[in-house]
Formats: sequence, C-alpha cells, structure tokens
Amino acid sequence: MLRRIHSLPGLIAAALVCVLALSGAILSVNPALERSAASVPPAGAVTVADLAARVVAHYPGVERIVRKASGEIVVYYFDAEMPGADVVDPMTGARIAPYAPSGFTRWMTDLHRSLLLGEGGRVAAGVGALAMLTLAVSGAAMLANRLGGWRRLLGRIRGAGTQRLHAEAGRLAVLALVLTALTGSYMSLARFGILPDGAEIEPAFPSVVDGGAPMPVGDLPALTAIDLADLRELIFPYAGDPTDAYALTTAQGAGYVDQATGAILDYLPHGLSRRVYETVYMLHTGEGLWWLGLLLGAAALTVPAMTATGTMIWLKRRRATPRIGSNVRPAAADTIILVGSEGNSTWGFVKTLHDALTAAGHQVHTAPMNRLTGGYRNARRMLILTSTYGEGTAPASARQFLARLEKLDGATRLPTAVLGFGDRQFPRFCRFATDVSAALAAKGWPQLAPLQTIDRQCVQAFARWGAEIGARIGTPLTLVHNPARPRTMSLRLVERLDYGAEVQAPTAVLRFAVPDVRRGMSRWLRSALPRFEAGDLLGIVPPGSMLPRFYSLASSSAGGIAEICVRKHPGGLCSGFLHALKPGDTIDAFVRHNPAFRPAGRGTPVILIGAGTGIGPLAGLIRGNGRRRPIHLYFGARDPQSDFLYEADLRAWLADKRLTRLTTAFSRATDRAYVQDRIAADADAVRTLIARGAQVMVCGGRQMAQGIARALEEVVRPLGLDLATLKLQGRYVEDVY
Amino acid sequence: MKKIAAALALTLALGLPTLAEAREVTFTTKLKQYGGSPAFVVLYVTDANGQYQGTLWMAGRETKYYRHLSDWKRATRGDLGQIDGITGASVGSGKTLTVKIDLADALIDAGYQVRIDAAVEDMGDSPGEIVVPLSASGAGKPVAGRGYVESFSYAL
Repeated sequence: MLRRIHSLPGLIAAALVCVLALSGAILSVNPALERSAASVPPAGAVTVADLAARVVAHYPGVERIVRKASGEIVVYYFDAEMPGADVVDPMTGARIAPYAPSGFTRWMTDLHRSLLLGEGGRVAAGVGALAMLTLAVSGAAMLANRLGGWRRLLGRIRGAGTQRLHAEAGRLAVLALVLTALTGSYMSLARFGILPDGAEIEPAFPSVVDGGAPMPVGDLPALTAIDLADLRELIFPYAGDPTDAYALTTAQGAGYVDQATGAILDYLPHGLSRRVYETVYMLHTGEGLWWLGLLLGAAALTVPAMTATGTMIWLKRRRATPRIGSNVRPAAADTIILVGSEGNSTWGFVKTLHDALTAAGHQVHTAPMNRLTGGYRNARRMLILTSTYGEGTAPASARQFLARLEKLDGATRLPTAVLGFGDRQFPRFCRFATDVSAALAAKGWPQLAPLQTIDRQCVQAFARWGAEIGARIGTPLTLVHNPARPRTMSLRLVERLDYGAEVQAPTAVLRFAVPDVRRGMSRWLRSALPRFEAGDLLGIVPPGSMLPRFYSLASSSAGGIAEICVRKHPGGLCSGFLHALKPGDTIDAFVRHNPAFRPAGRGTPVILIGAGTGIGPLAGLIRGNGRRRPIHLYFGARDPQSDFLYEADLRAWLADKRLTRLTTAFSRATDRAYVQDRIAADADAVRTLIARGAQVMVCGGRQMAQGIARALEEVVRPLGLDLATLKLQGRYVEDVY
Repeated sequence: MKKIAAALALTLALGLPTLAEAREVTFTTKLKQYGGSPAFVVLYVTDANGQYQGTLWMAGRETKYYRHLSDWKRATRGDLGQIDGITGASVGSGKTLTVKIDLADALIDAGYQVRIDAAVEDMGDSPGEIVVPLSASGAGKPVAGRGYVESFSYAL
C-alpha cells in the first residue's frame, strides 16, 4: 500500500517533478547572488527618511522606492514620461545600475511557476508540488520500514545498486524536499485562493489628509522613525496633488503618511495570514535567507537521480513477479493464496494454481505473505506456498509474516494448507514452511490439509497436491505446471585450472569470458549480464535440465571474467558437465546477486574462512582489496601439493599487502588439521579482532561451516557475544552449500 | 474577444435610463513585445476633468497586484466591487486585448475619456498610459502608449 502511494505519483509525475526540481535548483542561486551584490548598511545607520531624501535629490520624478529581500534598493521613476527603474546605493542615493532582472531568470521563474503554460500550467505546478510532498513523506516511511523503525532511520542501508542509491539520496535530501514541497504547495494553494495569503487586507486610503504645503521628505517624522532594514516599499504621492499621501509598507505593517504633517494615517499591522505567507515564501525561495536557498537547491538536484533510480527499481520489480491475472480484492475473494518467495520459481507455481482455481469459478486473491491482513471477509480457505531461505529463515516476501500473524486478532481463522518448496540436499528442508504451519496451529487456525513439501520443483508432486486440495474443497483441480527456464546468456570458457586429482577431490577453477557487461544503453537491453562482484552467484543451467545450479563467483565483472570453483561430485549432472568443458566451449548462465555476502564498512578488518571450493569468492574479495584493509584468511584443503587453490595468487597478495595473514590447514598432510582447529589455536588473536569490530565471512561446505560455527562460538563467548548477535549486526555472514 | 453586458453598471452610474440607445463599442489594446510576465491592464472611463466614472474591463486576476495600477487604484479607493463580473486573464507580452461593451450613445462625444493603466511584475508601473476622448471622430484612430501599449483604438 505504502509502496503504491510512492510509486504512482513517482511514475506519473516523474517528468513534472524533475522539471520543477531542476528549475527550482537553478533559481535557488539567485538570492545568494543578489545578496552578494547588494550593499546593506548596518542597522540604525540609515533611516527611511534619509534614503528618501537622497533618492529625491537624484530622481525628482521618483514614483516609488522598493527594498528587496536581499537588501537591494530599487527606485522606480518617470523620466520625461518614460518609466525606468534603477538600483541605487542607500548611502548616496545615486544609481549603481539599471534594474533589469535577467530575462533568463524571468523565463526560468515562469517555467518553475507555470511550466510556460499560463494558468493551466500553474495548476500543474501545484499538483507537482503536492506529488513531491507525497513522494518525500511516503519514501521516508518506506525507508523507516526497511531499516526497522523511525529510530533506525540513520542506520546502515544494506544492499547495492540502484536500490541503495535511491535510498541514500532520498535520505540525504528528504528534509529539504519536504520543506520545499510543503511551502510550494502552500504557495500554490494560496495562489488559487484556497489558503489565505493576507495580501487582500490593505489599509483604506485616508479619508482626510491635512492638505497643507508638503514637507521635505527627509523631515517627515514618520519616516525618520523607521530604519531602512524595516522598509519594504514607499510610494510617493502624485506630484502637485495635495490630497495624495505617501503609501508606506514596512516589515510590520502598512499605512499612509501625510505629506504635510508627516504623521502616519490609517496604519494596519500585517495580519497573521500575511506573515505566515511571507515566511512560507521566504522558506521556499530563499529570498532573505540565501544560504537556505542554496541548501534547498542542492537537495533538489537529487530529484532527477531519484526519478531515474526509482523507475529502474519499479521495472525490476515488475519483471520479477509474474503478472497474476484476475487478482481479486482481498475482501471479495473466497480463496486466499499467500506466497513466500525469494525471487525464484515459486511464483510460477502460484500462477498455475491461481489460474486453475479462477478457471474453476473461484474468486482468488494472491499476495505476498508480507501482506497478510485481517480483511478476508468472504474467504473460506487460505493456501500458503513458500520457499525457505538460507538456514531455514523466511524468504524476502515473507519476512513480516510471523509478526503479522501474531498481531491478527482471533476473528480471522481460515482453514489453511501450507505447501513448502525446497531442496532435500539441505538439512533444513522446508524449514520455514514447517515454522509457518506450527505458528498457524498454535494460533488455532484449522488445517485444510496437512503440510506438504515439494523437492526441487517436482511438477508431479505439485499435481498430486493440487488433486488433494481439489478434493478437499470440492473443486476438481488439475495443476499442470511447466517450469520456465530462466533467461540465460551464453558464456565461453577461456581457461581452466585443475587441482586435487591426487587426493580424490577433483576441483577446477573455470574462467568464462563475460560478453558485454551492461554499459550505457545496453543496460536497458535484457541481453547483457548485469554487473556482479565476488560473492554473487552464477546460475548455470546444464544441458538436459531446467533447473539451475548455483556457484559462487570468484571475480567481478569489471575484469570481464566470470570465475568459479567447481568440485566434481560423483553422479552430479552440472559438476560433471562443467568438468568436461574444454576452452572454447559455452555454458548457459545468469547472475543472481547476493548482496549480503560482502565485506562491511571500509577499513574494518575482515576474517575470511573457507575450505575447498569455498576459497573462490574469498579469493575474489582479496583480489579486489585495493584499499588494503586488513584481511585474515583461514583456508582448509586436503594436500598442499594437490588442491591448494590460488596458492601462487595468495602468496602474491601477501607480498603486496592485499592479504594480511594466511593460515592454512590440510587434512591429509603430515600436520593434519582442519580450519576450525586453526581458529581455536588462534582464539586470542581472533577474539581481539572481533572485539575491534572485525567481520567474519565463511564460505564452503555445510559440515565445515558447522565446525567453524562451533569453534567461533567458543572464541567469542568471553566477549559476551554469540554468533546470533554477530549475525544480526551483519558481522557474521555465510555462503554455505 | 469578449462581449460584456455588464457595462450596464456604467450606464446606471451615469444615471441614464437602461433602455436608452446603446451601441456596441470594441476596444482593442495591442501590447508591445516588452519581454516579461503577462501585464495587468485596466480600461476605465473618466470625465473631462479626470474624475473617475466607471471601469470597462480589468485584465488580471490577482487582486494583490491591482495597487500597481495606481491611478485607477487611487480613483476607486480599492473598491473591488467596481470590477465585479468584468475581470479576465492578464495579457501576455505582444498580445492583444479585445473588449466589446454596450455603451449608451450619450457617453460618446460628451467629453468622457477612456484611460488605460498598465503594469508588469518586476518591470514597473505605467499609470495613465493612454488617455483618449470618447468621440465619433476619434474612433478607429490608433494611439500609442509610452509604456507597454503599442497601440490602442476603439471602434463604434
């Protein structure tokens, strides 16, 4: 909901908001320029009477004197029937320059106020200001949500790429943009009379004036009492007309001054609405507050960048989720489908289910699990389809589900069937689905069907589940799911290095040429691979299978090479295929980003722990350590003569300080040890590093990771920390398979 | 092109019977290319001594700028009722304002004058830019202003 409030005005009004922001940024420079050009006398040095007398001496035909917000004094006069305007020096009354506001500024102001389109344009500009206000406020709310509350608004923003840029730029500029949009909207509403601007309240022309001989303007008591800094405007009476009077406007109010007596007549102090409007005007334009103008203008410059990144984010989201046709409103649906997905194939199954139910005549509402609400008035059942992420945690679209379930009152209790998607290779197979099922049971939700699981997207199992559900709800359901092959690119093998044959751990380092990393316009074409870094994943679809297998990348796209380390598994389809490749052969692959597996911060030390093929992404990180932050590597393999991957590179990196320390453990050498033994032996050193804020990154097989975790728990216990806390702080990240 | 029947107010102010003979008069004001924001222009009628009689048309909606039409402002003492129903949009640089009003025959050739005040934001005021007598002989003869008006004429 919040996202829609943000994306709708963002997409529709993108161009409008950009034009307003850029023109505003250009105009914001003016108050500073004017201030630097104006000569402002110190307070009390010059009175209005002094100035008027000096001006009259130079301009006998003066019509009025205006003091601008910047302190500039402009004299409007008639010289032989021709109107003119000059900027004058308040100390002498002499002309500094003709007053000619630049045509460029006038044009830019017209563009900003009304898009050069007259009255209709003014309406559009007003709408644009309101759109910007909505965007700024909703964007701030979304960021607060993402960071975990308003109090954490200044916390670290995770992630990478356009999403991070959008959030960082937005956070930087949000306060200024809210102020600008708010004041701009106020001014627009005042322009159309919806809000008051107080300008209509003016003192009436005095009914009685003295009518005697006019006093010299420099002697008028009313004017000698007012300091120049308070003057806004002084309009001179018509020459030779004793019934006319001076019209004086100051910062405090407006009135008339009798020509003969010099007394103030009919004075009216400025009302509240006028003072409010003038403050709003000053806050928006920066006139009189030149530094604020520059700040707001600088903030406005982020708007085009945010429009662009925002649009790209929206496009990416649209592409990630398949369009579910006939998606009914929650309140109207009789069947609710909630989805837990990490951007993988689960949505495809959901679409098949949704379409089949809709074809059978049901009103179905499908939504991410994060959108669980209590508003399912007409629903008779709920189906939850979810995958599991990592070690058994919730996938991205289901992170808030359990919390939301807690907050639901007892009124909503739908018969529910949970279907988990997973991979039996992982010990925590469908763990999240199990957790969800247990939470629902604890809350007293009846079970439509017992929990079922699907291993590696088996379509037959899905069809069986569909038949069972169909039987329970009285609607025959035939679910025929055709898994879509992910979009891949063809990569050519350039080089391979083989290790480990002697120790029965055949491992190959494969280097593939990356054809056209997105640059310039090709970024918009789907045909190129996105940018990637060491730590991201390469999804490879071997011939004869629809399912991709993932390998951690050991290089970044900047080098034009995608490098992975592959261990040959007996009977493994993909590893067998990869090990049979020769230079020149091609594979079909795509990139999946893994932004969580990155070194945090800039200079804090990092402890890298890996074994076997787990060295891949870690080597990539060390290679990319141009900043020479301290990196301590613990690497485990079987035999230093056989499967010491990256040996030469690691020695080189030690020499040029990309790598601070290297500790190895070989399980089949004479000094046999595992990596966790080395960690335990170095407990003090590791503990000191962690106490100083170091981050630990682990990459490798599941068993190794468990051993490491046990060892590290012991190491950090004296610090009063545990791995769970470190994980929360982002100081313990794993890439485990 | 504007057609206003509200000049009845004008005739009433002069105490003439509303059903008196009247004719449609077209006032055409062409502005110079002064290169700025749209101008505020007011057309009004005074007697031979310059005493204000009534307003024909106000081009410009924002009331807070009316004080820049200083002659008119002083004459009407800021009474916005004078322009009730006879207000339109301001006139852009180089554009032409055409106003058609039913005027009683008695107003023509009786010493009344048509006056124009003009003003442009941030470019100065031009009160009393045009002062021409309302007469049959003066009809159709363009008059130039000293500020923003390139030519003004009226057709009977």
